[in-house]
Amino acid sequence: MRVEITVNGQPHSREIEPRLLLVHFLRDTLSLTGTHVGCDTSSCGACTVLLDGEAVKSCTVLAAQADGCAVTTVEGLAGADGLSPVQQGFRQCHGLQCGFCTPGMVMAATALLAEQPDPTEQEIRNGLKGNMCRCTGYQMIVESVQWAAANGGAK
Amino acid sequence: MIGSAVPRKEDAALLTGRGTFVDDIHRPGLLHMVYVHSTQAHALITGIDAEEARSLPGVLGVWTARDFAGLPPRPSVPGLERGYLAGDKVHYVGEPVAVVVAADRYTAADAARAVRVSYEPLPVMATVEAALAPDAVPIFAPLPGNLALEQPVTPDVADDLAAAPHRLRARLVNQRCAGAPLEPYGVLADWTGPGPTVWATVQAPHRVRAEIAERFGLARHLVRVIAPDVGGAFGVKSSFMPELFLAPELSRRLGRPVKYVETRGEHMVHTYHGRDQVQDIEVGFDAEGRLLALDVTITVNIGGVPDPVGIGLATLTSYMLGGCYKIPKIAARYRSVVTNTTPTASYRGAGRPEASFLIERVVDLVARELGRDPADVRKVNLIQPQEMPYQTPFEGIVYDEADYPAALDLLLSELDYAGLREEQARRLADPAAPLLGVGLSTFVEMGGFGPTPLFEQFGYLGGWESANVRLQPDGSVIVLVGTAPHGQGHQTALAQIVADQLNVPFDDISVLYGDTAVVQEGTGTMGSRGMPVAGNAVHQAAAEVAAKARAIAAHMLEADADDVVPIGDGFQVKGVPEVTVTLAEVAERSFKPHLLPEGTALGLENTAYFEPKNLSYPSGAHGCVVEIDRDTGRVSILRYVCVDDCGTVINPLTARGQIHGGVAQGIAQALMEKVAFDADGRPLTASLEDYLVPGPLDLPPYETHHIETKSSFNPLGAKGLGEAGATAAPQAVVNAVVDALAHLGVRDVEMPCTPERVWKVMHDAS
Repeated sequence: MRVEITVNGQPHSREIEPRLLLVHFLRDTLSLTGTHVGCDTSSCGACTVLLDGEAVKSCTVLAAQADGCAVTTVEGLAGADGLSPVQQGFRQCHGLQCGFCTPGMVMAATALLAEQPDPTEQEIRNGLKGNMCRCTGYQMIVESVQWAAANGGAK
Repeated sequence: MIGSAVPRKEDAALLTGRGTFVDDIHRPGLLHMVYVHSTQAHALITGIDAEEARSLPGVLGVWTARDFAGLPPRPSVPGLERGYLAGDKVHYVGEPVAVVVAADRYTAADAARAVRVSYEPLPVMATVEAALAPDAVPIFAPLPGNLALEQPVTPDVADDLAAAPHRLRARLVNQRCAGAPLEPYGVLADWTGPGPTVWATVQAPHRVRAEIAERFGLARHLVRVIAPDVGGAFGVKSSFMPELFLAPELSRRLGRPVKYVETRGEHMVHTYHGRDQVQDIEVGFDAEGRLLALDVTITVNIGGVPDPVGIGLATLTSYMLGGCYKIPKIAARYRSVVTNTTPTASYRGAGRPEASFLIERVVDLVARELGRDPADVRKVNLIQPQEMPYQTPFEGIVYDEADYPAALDLLLSELDYAGLREEQARRLADPAAPLLGVGLSTFVEMGGFGPTPLFEQFGYLGGWESANVRLQPDGSVIVLVGTAPHGQGHQTALAQIVADQLNVPFDDISVLYGDTAVVQEGTGTMGSRGMPVAGNAVHQAAAEVAAKARAIAAHMLEADADDVVPIGDGFQVKGVPEVTVTLAEVAERSFKPHLLPEGTALGLENTAYFEPKNLSYPSGAHGCVVEIDRDTGRVSILRYVCVDDCGTVINPLTARGQIHGGVAQGIAQALMEKVAFDADGRPLTASLEDYLVPGPLDLPPYETHHIETKSSFNPLGAKGLGEAGATAAPQAVVNAVVDALAHLGVRDVEMPCTPERVWKVMHDAS
């Protein structure tokens, strides 16, 4: 089947297997390997992308379901001026170690700040509860999101 | 720069999707490899029908054990050689039985599912008790029974125990955990040239190169192993999984690159687990709580196929049994037992957290028995700073400089320990208030692995680490280091060390690692050895380069080297500020033979191999405050306070990250995680739905403090930090949980302290 999906502002029209997952469409078909796969039960959130502005786990969405939609991945986040505020926050506050969960975490945090520009610590933890990090123990991720909230938010 | 909290060099790429993990790499003609795993815990394989799988379009083949019979075995325990795929029988659920290669990963998965394996079931022994029972049958040939190793580490202390005024016995369980890095194991092998290039999620690429070269009869220069960005490892990526060898072999046979990337479901049953010890303890002590003698028998469940690291890990547990206490007599012995479960090997701390958990729980049990405060019992037993370096009862195990009492004092004051005890009593008197518990953990662990004689025993070429520091003609620096980090931030911390030695701006330094074709022989990243070993190699190489730069500068300035001093971006003649030369000018000059002093070798470059004199011993004191819901048994962590002494702190930001991450895994072991099997050996935790890796709502904020006692064992004074949190935290939490329930007569709560388990303990006690 053929799908038309706009990814990071770029329209793509591709012939795909109906069972192809969105995450594999992004990674294998479009070679956008920033979006990662960390599990097979929608538990870890490493594959989080924005689908028409909403954070979704792209391992749980068929590419076919994204037909006609706009997807934003971690590669589409940084503007011409460098890192987005969320990306800068993670760098300033050491919100990443191995970096494998990071793209999903950054996308989930971006979606969170779009909805709640000034979240409390508990709201940040709640907003990121679909994303796992095995390296940081989360506190420095929370601090990264707080930094981003104070420095430009979901931009 | 040492001591500065600079943000990491690593981050920009990882934050923008430009990281390069194994599964991100594509090669022309790439094929995908998938395993068929055993669904049985113990069974004879009576047939493998791969006809349907082979007939699927896009499938290149299906291979079983006999197809790899010509390949020498994987790195194994001598005499207990292990192959790549199960042959006549399977030893655990998840053991690879066959391997499928197809043009894409979906087809490969379809084909793996279409392979039909017939089994004749054998009796399953999924626990140590079952495996050692009189009617047990041997699981792993050629072992005649399931006791793979029985090892006395030190002699008997029966007389010392008998002479002690007080004695108590305990049995502690350190449950099986999964490393569960967010990136599962992965390998991409391309053997379309004279030798294979292998990209793999590993912690020691040079060692992997050596093992691959040996198995295929190749000279090492023909084998290239690259550990690209690695998405967490925690020790579990140091095991020699069959895919490290099968992917190259299949690439060779098929003439195309072959990639294998584990699914999470596979990771939970296929990649080796850690811990899984039962500890039987007897301790003798006096009325003050002074520990006089300790006798420990450790039983380790090593799973269905003995791993050369897993079989002997309890040696490290034995060495660390005394913790940070003066215990004159310690007897330790251990048994490594084969069962029908996934093999066990290294997991963050690898044998040392088990020891720290044991002795810290024992100190609390002694305190409880005597009705004394656990802090006071610790104080009468702690090794004092003036007794360092301290020779433990184990030969060769000598603790470096530390101030254990100061760490405990700082912890007690940060906790407001006395205030917490008052609050605890107040809540106890109020049936509506949740129970409060305080747990202490004064811990010491081993870091800085080497030295070589120790590390050779784990199969490594050496215990040293290597660094090459090379000035470019413009004065910028490239560092090649033999470690293979996976989140620790070596690009940043090692650049800080070089920046100090060479007076080069941090941004002008690049640190490269993980590629055997680029980096000189190296050892790798494990055993908290980054800063204490690699850091010193970089420090030494940079110092040599700095000395040579100064000599060239002196020649350029027409002065004696002794009269030349480093300034901001170069050198000047002492007392003559206008006579200067920049490092860039010196670097360029180093490539001009006709303008150098006679006999000066070209270039500004040095390769150093740093062999540590001994292990280092990171230590500290952690405290945990928990609240327990009286109705549900749910444990909530109110505070977690860390005092760590890792010696010299290179980068406080990344040091904090290492502590947090280790503590998080320790808390997870205490409260949430356990790899479980049913009586038939079926895994009960084969996904992240069932194996509870904590999320952001499950973990508390951490309060971190440092005491900085430099180690005299290495020039930087660093001790390592990667495993300290995971070593310290489990018992801080469990001691707090038991403390909250002590008024009910509760002595122990087995990990993980889930609401169900805590509720049952509370009910049984009251």
